[in-house]
Amino acid sequence: MSIIVKKVAQLIAGLIFLYGIYIIVHGHLTPGGGFAGGALIAGAYILVILANGSDAIKLKKEEVGSSLSESVSILVVLMMAVAGFFIGAKVFFNNYLPTGKMGELISAGAIPLYNIFIGIEVAAALLTIFLALIIYKEEIEE
Amino acid sequence: MELTLSILLGFMIIGAIFALHAKDLLSAIIAAGIVGYSLVICFLLLKAPDLAIVQIVVETITLIIMVAVILDSTREELKVKIDRRQIINISLALVFMLVLVFFFIQAISNLNPFGEHTLRMASAYVGETAAKTGSANLVTGILFDFRGYDTLGEATILFTAALGVLTILRIKGRK
Repeated sequence: MSIIVKKVAQLIAGLIFLYGIYIIVHGHLTPGGGFAGGALIAGAYILVILANGSDAIKLKKEEVGSSLSESVSILVVLMMAVAGFFIGAKVFFNNYLPTGKMGELISAGAIPLYNIFIGIEVAAALLTIFLALIIYKEEIEE
Repeated sequence: MELTLSILLGFMIIGAIFALHAKDLLSAIIAAGIVGYSLVICFLLLKAPDLAIVQIVVETITLIIMVAVILDSTREELKVKIDRRQIINISLALVFMLVLVFFFIQAISNLNPFGEHTLRMASAYVGETAAKTGSANLVTGILFDFRGYDTLGEATILFTAALGVLTILRIKGRK
């Protein structure tokens, strides 16, 4: 890609990443949530990789980081659901944390935590699919 | 508003038909993008900003991935000849389509007018979500509390999709 594309991607990607984090963290206050924010974060990574190529950010041939964080975050979501079973009422996804004052950033019990881990899971899953299609290309041609 | 929605739906149908018949695969993918982005405007008109945000981001990412795949492989469509077996398939599909349209018309005549619902659970959710979960955004409150299994299922679908892609395109053990 030309120097203009590289520079613009460099300037924009950080803002997209921050906007994704904002959408995830404010998921229980404004429209959005884990799915939208996670897809935005994956989009920031994809923009950088498409502009600079996979050599520029030192991607290895067998990239384990994204698939590892995907598996760990969905495991954490399951653990939190099971923890709701043992604390308080005997149902999964029990909202056991105090709900707090409505409209503040730290409120709504466990919902922001679910949002954060679902966001990590979605971002890592989309990035894993993209990396698999881009990096493994050379192996198929042989 | 129904007129605007009808025009948008017409655009979506035209884009989908063009995507099927385009010779160049790249223009077919861009025509398929018309369907997704018109759906975003439909969601915004129907006052569903949560869905609109998810749809616009996911549509953009899938379009980028498909364009990257097309640019790396081929832009030409595979030529398929029409033989006897395909004529049977096409006629079966037409018969199935007519049966589906018949039952759809039967079912749609019993529905409520557009935008009115009589579901008991929906009004209970709208009334009590804010007080019970303390979440100012009702959609997230419902998705992560009352409908937690739904959200877990969606996350599991994404996990399984990534697992399937990694299995098909794996490096080691490929013969």
